Amino acid sequence: MQQDVVSQLFKTEYRKIVSVLCKLFGLEHMEIAEDIVSDVFMLACETWGLKGLPENPTAWIYLVSKNRTKDYLKRNNLFREKIQTEILKRSSADVELELDLSPKNIEDSQLQMMFAICHPSIPSEAQIALSLRLLCGFSIDEIANAFQTNKETINKRLFRAKEKLRKDDIKIEFPAASEITGRLETVATTLYLLFNEGYFSTHKDVKLQEKFCLEAMQLTYLLASNKATNYPFIQALLSLMCFHSSRFEARVDEDGENILYEKQNEALWNKELIERGKSYLYRAFEAGQISRYHYQAAIAYWHTHRADSTEKWENILQLYNHLLQIEYSPITALNRTFALYKVQGKATAIAEAEKLKLENNHLYHSLLGELYTGIDDGKAIAHFEQALELAKSKADKKVIADKLSDFR
Amino acid sequence: MKEFLMIFRNEKREGGAAPSAEQMQLVMQEWQNWIGGIASQGKFVSTNRLYSEGSTLLPDGTVLDGPYAELKEVVGGYLIVKADSLQAAQEMAKGCPNLKYGGNVEIRAVMSIDQDVKSKAFLAEK
Repeated sequence: MQQDVVSQLFKTEYRKIVSVLCKLFGLEHMEIAEDIVSDVFMLACETWGLKGLPENPTAWIYLVSKNRTKDYLKRNNLFREKIQTEILKRSSADVELELDLSPKNIEDSQLQMMFAICHPSIPSEAQIALSLRLLCGFSIDEIANAFQTNKETINKRLFRAKEKLRKDDIKIEFPAASEITGRLETVATTLYLLFNEGYFSTHKDVKLQEKFCLEAMQLTYLLASNKATNYPFIQALLSLMCFHSSRFEARVDEDGENILYEKQNEALWNKELIERGKSYLYRAFEAGQISRYHYQAAIAYWHTHRADSTEKWENILQLYNHLLQIEYSPITALNRTFALYKVQGKATAIAEAEKLKLENNHLYHSLLGELYTGIDDGKAIAHFEQALELAKSKADKKVIADKLSDFR
Repeated sequence: MKEFLMIFRNEKREGGAAPSAEQMQLVMQEWQNWIGGIASQGKFVSTNRLYSEGSTLLPDGTVLDGPYAELKEVVGGYLIVKADSLQAAQEMAKGCPNLKYGGNVEIRAVMSIDQDVKSKAFLAEK
């Protein structure tokens, strides 16, 4: 119980406090910021485990963070003097060396921190890894997972990125107007990954990390409502997030089990979020270049119509065709093939699916299992069995096992 | 994997009724479905359609209106794909909607700038 609260708070609050601390200390001292916040969360674990949860866990975290920062500065006089001189260089006002955890400062620090991390001198992959680590408090394991690589690679990537930030003396501030577009794209990718991490979480059996998604939405909303960052692709990204989130309530049953899209109670879909998604999407299409988020949001829009119709699937297929030309991914290829099946039937889809060559992907075999069902049940079963073997999460395994039991 | 350029040629249309908006849309969907199939294998690089207007410059300074007037065929667009071999690229081209409408597809291996530079360096040495 305490463990859940701590890990949930870690995911939402870690990056806020780290951002504020980094802004106070300067990015070159980010390790100190990370250490202080990690320390606070470790203390929370210990204290709450013994004494139970405080009345307001977030306030507790903030207060202890402030005190720990004070303690740290008291113990490290040299560091305090250095920071103080740097702050005086930046502004003429005599700034109190205290952690300002007001909503406004948290908001500004986070946005500026995102831009600082997404600096052009750092390779884009490293920017994303750094954002996930510093802004989202992802573990190295989780980041490695998201990039489908190993821990060592991520650690090296993070280390090099931090060195670069230090060497280039990158400040936590808003970028110049001429630089914003490029840098915003990396920020958007990070937010997109953050949202997906919550929405399609594979780390817990059936865990809706709703708050996680809401944090991603809140940050995207900050960008969408800020005149300097209010780009069409940001609107499209926010629209996509709204459409997906509209199914939060309908996705889980009383026991916390995942409910598949086809079996969800449509009445539980959040109409307000769908409407908001639509209005962001209209705005996104009003001007400017069409991004991958435009296509993804438009696909998500069609999925807010539950009933199958030729119009729905023909539109989805065309949107996937376009999306794949902007950016290939195995999951997009599989989804596109499913849409092709809905429009042109199983035989065509099977022929196309078998060209995808994704033999190590459980979703590939699930799709082929689905397509072969009723055409060649032997092959369907073989594919579902292979999918079951390849699937990692319990939730995925359950869905496949259910499909297999339909044949018996 | 190497890159291959597919060039879509059609016979020049002279007169005749223009296709309806619905027909156009259907043809577009066919093209998109074919290209989408290639993209879903991760083998798409880029594509573009070409407008029918244009001009051709000759060495003597003459400017001809429209795509090369002496040829019966016009290039309607191109697609660059990744494939292991010319044969594999040919296989991909088999589903091209252009073939269905009497056009053809020319497939050419793309020579990268890199190779180009190397061959130039080789010539200079000689």
